[in-house]
Amino acid sequence: MDQGIAGSIFTVVVFVSFVGVVWWAFNGRNKQRFDEAANLPFADEEKEESQKNKQES
Amino acid sequence: MSEISQAQPDYNYKVVRQFTIMTIVWGIIGMGLGAFIAAQLFAPALNFDTPWLTFSRLRPLHTNAVIFAFGGCALFATSYYIVQRTSQVRLFSDKLAAFTFWGWQAVIVAAVVTLPFGITASKEYAELEWPIDILITLVWLAYIINFFGTIIIRKVSHIYVANWFLGAFMLTVAVLHIGNSMAIPVSFTKSYSLYAGAVDAMMQWWYGHNAVGFFLTAGFLGMMYYFVPKQAGRPVYSYRLSIIHFWALISLYIWAGPHHLHYTALPDWTQSLGMVMSVILFVPSWGGMINGIMTLSGAWHKLRTDPVLRFLIVSLSFYGMSTFEGPMMAIKTVNALSHYTDWTIGHVHSGALGWVAMVSIGSIYHLIPVLFGQRAMYSTKLVNVHFWLATIGVVLYIVAMWMSGVLQGLMWRAVNADGTLTYSFVESLEASYPFYVVRFIGGVFVVAGMLVMAYNTWKTVRAPKGSIAPEPAAQAA
Repeated sequence: MDQGIAGSIFTVVVFVSFVGVVWWAFNGRNKQRFDEAANLPFADEEKEESQKNKQES
Repeated sequence: MSEISQAQPDYNYKVVRQFTIMTIVWGIIGMGLGAFIAAQLFAPALNFDTPWLTFSRLRPLHTNAVIFAFGGCALFATSYYIVQRTSQVRLFSDKLAAFTFWGWQAVIVAAVVTLPFGITASKEYAELEWPIDILITLVWLAYIINFFGTIIIRKVSHIYVANWFLGAFMLTVAVLHIGNSMAIPVSFTKSYSLYAGAVDAMMQWWYGHNAVGFFLTAGFLGMMYYFVPKQAGRPVYSYRLSIIHFWALISLYIWAGPHHLHYTALPDWTQSLGMVMSVILFVPSWGGMINGIMTLSGAWHKLRTDPVLRFLIVSLSFYGMSTFEGPMMAIKTVNALSHYTDWTIGHVHSGALGWVAMVSIGSIYHLIPVLFGQRAMYSTKLVNVHFWLATIGVVLYIVAMWMSGVLQGLMWRAVNADGTLTYSFVESLEASYPFYVVRFIGGVFVVAGMLVMAYNTWKTVRAPKGSIAPEPAAQAA
């Protein structure tokens, strides 16, 4: 295959993939799972606190 | 009391502790070496006429020590910590974790032994000879298995964005290292690259720039996406932006290498492609920087009281600065001035000392109290002292190199009316002398900061568990 054609196809594929990623990121259906994921750095602490509260009560 | 260490008995903190301490140790050695060879540039007598103390042999030792020993240990420590905490499960294998720690230290010691003796593959940032390359590959595979193994057995449904960056860093570094290190050994200490001529140069800078893109960027962005939200006490500004940031960054970085080979024997179209890709790279880089800094939106006051957060946020400012500077320097006409001058060295260090070192130091100040069962560092004041030493040191360093670099570039290209060069090379070298002294002073500030960190860490680790109460200032944060 000609180098120019290969380059063109690749450019289009990358562009379409990028649009796909943006669509996926901004799709309203994914909002809740992204919010959950964004809170993962704090999730294991919350778990400990609720366990500790249980032990104390 | 030591709430943290008791509440999480399941995590493997041992390997995190080991790598954290070694980050500080190798940081002092690597940066100290850097300051030493910086002094050699204005006082050449400092090589004491000894071959293994010459700049040519110690410079690769400095780069290997700061990138792979200091930066590498910081990445191992934080990635093992982040993947456990965000997956809520203990590391996949303690044995593999121990192997990666001791294996990686062996690699570093091997570098310390071979490089001063002039045993080198002569590839920048890939100087180590083939037996060490094989050891690196084994350690790296163990690291990948352990990291992804932990993700596979995770107790939560999502894979946090920091782990995406860390995973991409590990996989790509494996491909880069194996690809670029392909060589034919002729003896135990000598090998020749499998590639020749311009192809060898292209392979080398495909590796070299992606060592920057994946080792020094994607890995440390993983660190940023965990420790900035954690230290600020709020989730990242936009998780959506972090997804776009991730895919855009990793798909673009891999093409930027040719900008290291402008105006060389590399085909012209390859140089232009590398330039365009490098310029576009500005967009995801700044997307990530904005995402990190804006995490503090509505909580800016924390910067006034919390020096750890200050390290993290200032590191992002330097990241933004050097990812603006980089694409600009990749433009061929700018590169015609900057290439082979000290401007490049200044650019590298604004990334290495400003971004990589500061984000690592901030993360480690966050980690040490957690790992050693304390509620704070021994002295928050000393963290602040370190912050200012590091910041002043970096600014002195990069400003000196900018001025020296632009001066060199202008002197080298100056021609007389009859077409002869206006200045000899030695004249430009003499002009750089004062800047080399300023650069050395900047380096000394940075090393002094690391020594303060070592003292503060020593006092924190040695104190009885849970005995250090957060200072009022730190509590407010």
